Amino acid sequence: MIELENLTFAYRNQPLLFEGYSWQARRGESWAILGPSGCGKSSLLYLLAGLQLPTSGEVRIGGEALRRPRPRTGLILQDYGLLPWATVRANVRLGLRLRGFYGPDGRHAPRDEVVKDIDERVGTWLQRLGLETVAESYPGQISGGQRQRTAIARTLALHPDLLLMDEPFASLDAPTRQDLQDLTMQLRLERSLTLVLVTHAIEEAALLGERVLVLGRPPHQLPQVFDNPGGGSPAHRGTAAYDQACASLRAAMESVA
Amino acid sequence: MRRRAILLAAIVLVLLWALLSAVVNRPILPSPFEVLWITVRELPGELGGHLLVSLWRVVASTALAVLAAVPLGIVLGQSARADRWFSPFVYLLFPIPKVVLLPVLLLFFGIGDLTKIAVIFLILFFQILVLVRDQAAGLRPELLFSVRSLGAGRRGLFRFVYLPASLPAILTGLRQSIGTAVAVLYVAELFATQQGLGYYIYLHGSTLFDYPRMYAGVIAMSLLGLGLYLVVDAAQRRLCRWQYAA
Repeated sequence: MIELENLTFAYRNQPLLFEGYSWQARRGESWAILGPSGCGKSSLLYLLAGLQLPTSGEVRIGGEALRRPRPRTGLILQDYGLLPWATVRANVRLGLRLRGFYGPDGRHAPRDEVVKDIDERVGTWLQRLGLETVAESYPGQISGGQRQRTAIARTLALHPDLLLMDEPFASLDAPTRQDLQDLTMQLRLERSLTLVLVTHAIEEAALLGERVLVLGRPPHQLPQVFDNPGGGSPAHRGTAAYDQACASLRAAMESVA
Repeated sequence: MRRRAILLAAIVLVLLWALLSAVVNRPILPSPFEVLWITVRELPGELGGHLLVSLWRVVASTALAVLAAVPLGIVLGQSARADRWFSPFVYLLFPIPKVVLLPVLLLFFGIGDLTKIAVIFLILFFQILVLVRDQAAGLRPELLFSVRSLGAGRRGLFRFVYLPASLPAILTGLRQSIGTAVAVLYVAELFATQQGLGYYIYLHGSTLFDYPRMYAGVIAMSLLGLGLYLVVDAAQRRLCRWQYAA
């Protein structure tokens, strides 16, 4: 599903973040990217989203080299991704409206999809994410958890096959975070999504990642991957395997820091 | 409640005017009731015609200013490079009181509507340009990344992000400058024209010495400014509801 080949990347006039970096993720896998702040993990996600382009090397998604955001990839950020002037309902509609705006051109929208029954699709996702009561509210009027639910509904309404998340639960309180982590894992299994979630929290990586990519200090050259069987399912929380994964990841983080 | 307070203030002002005119007791300050009566009587006739001409000049220049300033403001807000080139010009031109350009515009555009429209255009254009540019530049990168990830290219971002984001800036710009626009229109209508409220006020005040009619012109011009302000205010309340929703 995802192939990085000899990826080299740096922001203009900044030190290298990735140097000849290669990494693969298979379709349907649940990955966590774990690392301290400033390690370049968000930049990696933006590269996967096609929002940044490699300095050299290639990012391939589904076998195709990435040159721009790919219509079947969904992206959810920590905050501020919603249109502040649009209601929850209008925000959830946005992606579908964009598809209608461009038509199935293969660049901005999938070539094989004609968008119809927008209202119904929006209604279904509002209901699935429990947003019906706040559908006519603005993002500034609802809680952080509801905002992230809106972002998730907006993205999933576009039927993505790859979901990229950048610290999506970092600004939420603990119960809401747990709630949304579980929801994300359920939805991933339901929709058989490939998930790549960036986090700085060891517990979150151990819970959501079947496999965890650990980033230390840049420039990154060789990927450091941890297998975490049982990760990616709500049932993993609190098991011995989960505790074990947390301990290994903590040790790995300390060794790379 | 708010509406009642405003009405009450209007009544108090009229009563103060009545009191003052009784104390002064000279033709240069007629009673407000006489002036209001003439205003009502003249509005369907001569005064109304002049009001419409003035209104047309403000509306036309507002439309032109919005059409020109919004796209340019969005471009400058998006591109740091374009802004680096342009902002020194804006910096120099923005504070110039545009009304002093009136004689120049008169020479170039003649005595027709174009001169009046051009001078108001210049005032509104710079005000809206600066506000829209700052609004566009201040959009969070997270928002732009998110909307791009939903499939938006340049056109999609313009239509679904930059344009709606600039709406509050446009309306704030209009609100801040509509009063100045009407004031400058008055000055512009004193020159070389026989249409518009400025002319009407000047004619009755300084040529015909018909003071009640002059005051009726002043009332009409005030109503023009107030009416436009109320329209913009209502538009902002309606179109930018999210800013008022707490």
